[in-house]
Amino acid sequence: MAATTADLKQRLRRTERRRRLGSLGLFAPSVIFLLIFFALPIALMLYRAVQNPEVANTFPESMAAIQQWDGEGMPGEPIVAEFAQELRDARDERQLSAPGRRLDYEIAGYRGLLRATAFGLPDEEPEASWTETLIGIDPRWEETQYWQALKENASPFTLDYVLTALDLEWAEDGGLQWVSEHQAIYLDLYERTLWMAFVITLAALLLGYPIAFLMTNSSRRVQGILLVLVLLPFWTSLLVRTASWMVLLSRSGPINTLLVNLGLTDAPLELLYNRFGVYVGMIHILLPFMIMPLYAVMRGIPHSHMRAAASLGAPPLRAFRRVYLPQTMPGIAAGCLLVFILAIGFYITPALLGGNEDQMISYFIAYHTNETLNWGLAAALGVILLLMIFVLYAIFTRLTGTGRIQMGT
Amino acid sequence: MSVARNITLGLAATALGSMTLAGIAAAQDRDLTVVGWGGSYQDQQGIAYFEPFTEETGIPILEESFNGGLSNIMSMVETDSVVWDVVQLEDPELQRACQQGYLERLPWDEIGGRDDFIDGGSSECGAGTIVWSIVNAYNTDEVEGTPSGWDDFFNVEEFPGKRGLRRGAKFNLELALMADGVAPEDVYETLSTEEGVDRAFAKLDELKEHIQWWEAGAQPPEWVASGDVAMTTAYNGRIDKAQTEGQPVDIAWEGQIYAIDSWAIISGTSNKDEAVEFIKYVSEPENMSRLQQHIAYGPTKEAAFESVPEEMAPRLPTAPDNLEGALLNSTEFWVDNQERLDRRFNAWASQ
Amino acid sequence: MAAPSYATKPQVVGHYGLRIFVALVCVFLVAPIFAIIPLSFSSGTFLSYPMPGFSFRWYEEVLAPRPWMFTLRNSLFVAIGATIFSTTLGTLAALAMARKNLRSLPVINAFLLAPMIVPLIITAVGLYFFFAQLGLTNSFTGLIIAHTALCLPFVLVTVAATLEGFDGTLVRAAQSLGAPPLTVFRRVILPIISPGVASGALFAFAISFDEVVVAVFLAGPTQRTLPKQMFSGLRENIDPSILAMATLLVVMATGLMIVAGLLKRRSERMRGLSG
Repeated sequence: MAATTADLKQRLRRTERRRRLGSLGLFAPSVIFLLIFFALPIALMLYRAVQNPEVANTFPESMAAIQQWDGEGMPGEPIVAEFAQELRDARDERQLSAPGRRLDYEIAGYRGLLRATAFGLPDEEPEASWTETLIGIDPRWEETQYWQALKENASPFTLDYVLTALDLEWAEDGGLQWVSEHQAIYLDLYERTLWMAFVITLAALLLGYPIAFLMTNSSRRVQGILLVLVLLPFWTSLLVRTASWMVLLSRSGPINTLLVNLGLTDAPLELLYNRFGVYVGMIHILLPFMIMPLYAVMRGIPHSHMRAAASLGAPPLRAFRRVYLPQTMPGIAAGCLLVFILAIGFYITPALLGGNEDQMISYFIAYHTNETLNWGLAAALGVILLLMIFVLYAIFTRLTGTGRIQMGT
Repeated sequence: MSVARNITLGLAATALGSMTLAGIAAAQDRDLTVVGWGGSYQDQQGIAYFEPFTEETGIPILEESFNGGLSNIMSMVETDSVVWDVVQLEDPELQRACQQGYLERLPWDEIGGRDDFIDGGSSECGAGTIVWSIVNAYNTDEVEGTPSGWDDFFNVEEFPGKRGLRRGAKFNLELALMADGVAPEDVYETLSTEEGVDRAFAKLDELKEHIQWWEAGAQPPEWVASGDVAMTTAYNGRIDKAQTEGQPVDIAWEGQIYAIDSWAIISGTSNKDEAVEFIKYVSEPENMSRLQQHIAYGPTKEAAFESVPEEMAPRLPTAPDNLEGALLNSTEFWVDNQERLDRRFNAWASQ
Repeated sequence: MAAPSYATKPQVVGHYGLRIFVALVCVFLVAPIFAIIPLSFSSGTFLSYPMPGFSFRWYEEVLAPRPWMFTLRNSLFVAIGATIFSTTLGTLAALAMARKNLRSLPVINAFLLAPMIVPLIITAVGLYFFFAQLGLTNSFTGLIIAHTALCLPFVLVTVAATLEGFDGTLVRAAQSLGAPPLTVFRRVILPIISPGVASGALFAFAISFDEVVVAVFLAGPTQRTLPKQMFSGLRENIDPSILAMATLLVVMATGLMIVAGLLKRRSERMRGLSG
């Protein structure tokens, strides 16, 4: 009977702390798993956007030394000699392709120069100086720019990829400038990606709002049918739906056949491998993601509000605009942001239904990872895409509470 | 006690999971993976080579296909995760990959020597498998008249409709120059100057809005047969195949660009012995010539020419009629220039 | 459904206009899913109407060991593995979430949902380089780990939704009666949340089974999954065997949807949410 209030409070606090620790324990496996197999890999990948290991790692001694060179004429014989020997080692260990590719970004043809020089180097100490030997193999070694390119890549970090991803380059005077017009690709790409996502979001809203509205304001039977019609595409494989659009939209597909037979058009329309095809496919895939949040919000709005407005003499359209629409704003915001976020990361659908000019950021990340093997640039594009997503996701969480996303069923 | 229990429960689940996964990982073994160019050609390779090989040697083959280029191979070797063993490469890629150490040097004494191969059919890292060509293929329903040569390919007024071209600089620059009036024998000389390259791109500019790019060899026959494109460049064997299957397509041979493809072994593969055995098998003339029963690509050994079926001979790229005005794709030129020109091509194409 | 008799003319127009519009959108939603089914029975090699004839030849092709059945087996293996792991992890996290006793909850929640939000290409490329260093590219292990990460948030969201409105007094009652935590979990919590866990698992399965971007980067020839096979098929040459496979997948999707619906109803009944 000696238990005082203070004692009780303390015990209560202890229990609560234990329960909190228990919650952490339940979270721990997921959090640790995702830290190791999701967050860490992505962080390491993004880090590649500023890493520049190819040249510095392949020629460590000479690149440490070349930092001291003033950038005029050629570096001194000791540096050149060190470089030549490291080049030879790299050749023997078949390590030439990575630095070659990196230096080729600086000066076209550098890779060939490096390779030819490496295979032309004597295995013994040359009789003449290493400088002369190099120039003897290829006179380009006399040009300062090739050595400057080495010096610029002697540091293991670079901003070049990020700049390229922003269509920027270093100017002669050391400042930044926009790249020439025929090289500029990426700002257009971001604009295009955002614009396409915007169009798709808007279209999904215009198509999805009435469905969600009817789903909440009709008999149980109609409601059930509509729900099935919305959920079936949601559960159906994305590739199946994309395949089916490829069939439907092709030149000899059913839509074109119908249009021609009805006499609406003389020749079949080009519906596939262009922007139209991408829009149709993506709207179709993302529409359920718009409808679900709308439906969730609309279900919570009592019918009595609209009826009250109507009984007060408001015409239906105005009642809708002034009473109903504002109450569905959270659903609109959630649906639009969700669709927008998902849309700017799309890869498969534009790759299959679009042409060259309809590809979004993801396509270029894949392209530079798989095709050009320019992994630094792929990472830089990834950083930009992820930044866009994070900003939007932050807004999304702000608007919908703790980031609750209504899915499925 | 619930704290400890919860944590233990969670950690146990994770640990159990990891252990199971590790168990699965340890049990992995890879079949000999042979990488071809997909579509109807690879189907025929399966009948002519892969199935008989497995039957005779007991070595199972896992098939994979790709669309050429070196990027897959390079990233596989550079990230030290090689999962291809034997791959079929175009000649310039073969030589570049060989120089840069992405391919194994072939043990020619085990395979049976290089002497029987035709000129350019064997090299340090590659054993030739077919002579093939890029041809102008057209839909006989959509195209009125008979186009010939690449100038007709570029003539969208007389032959309206879309055009299919293989994505990349190789072949397109050559055929653009031929369309612009450069004789086949002068093509590479012209291309080796900056003006020549500009000229080729300028010619391609004229056609740009009509072009639908293909990457996989299976695409152009399908597009041209369905009328999605009126004319397209294509690998000759696949068009021939579609034609014999009754599709409304035909080949305009003039100006065909022919070349040799070879088998090569990826550097660092764990299945090297099986890979060598495979190359040895498909290089035996009597095995090699089995492909010509099925598809119109030429063999790379003189001895194999003898058993080419009579009705197939005139449909091969090397048939005398077809060689008129033909261009041999230059390995030398593309080894030196492909990366530079592909980069320019990509910038041009994405604008 | 007719418009009410007292409605004015514009209201009638609006009433039917809305319904016609919604009907058209519904056609847009489901037509593509069903339009391809007839073509999968075509006897020709072309993907266009009119069909030259009826045949099962493409289904025979789909049932052949290579490539379809081989990739189907791989996909099932990966999806089942990923489902088991993600359901375990996700359910534990959802239980923690339902306790609502952590101040850092929103942060943890946002972090756990990130795989759903981060574009797949970024996850795929990140894991590609990461796994290359660990020797896990081109392995089932790598693929299952990656898919587990992708499926986890879907399980979490689904299970957390069933725990919403979960009556905490039941747990406390059991505890006060002296039941140890594991017993409470097994006898009280699990029966109530099991429909939610099952729909979470269903979801995870569907996500993994359909995932293509990560598979393109991480699966080698030995692990080639069904979606990867379909993707390269669609990119290169669509032949009707893809449509036959697609038809089977539509059938499967319908099944999944029905089961998910039943589970949801059951879960709502268990929690006394619907009458």
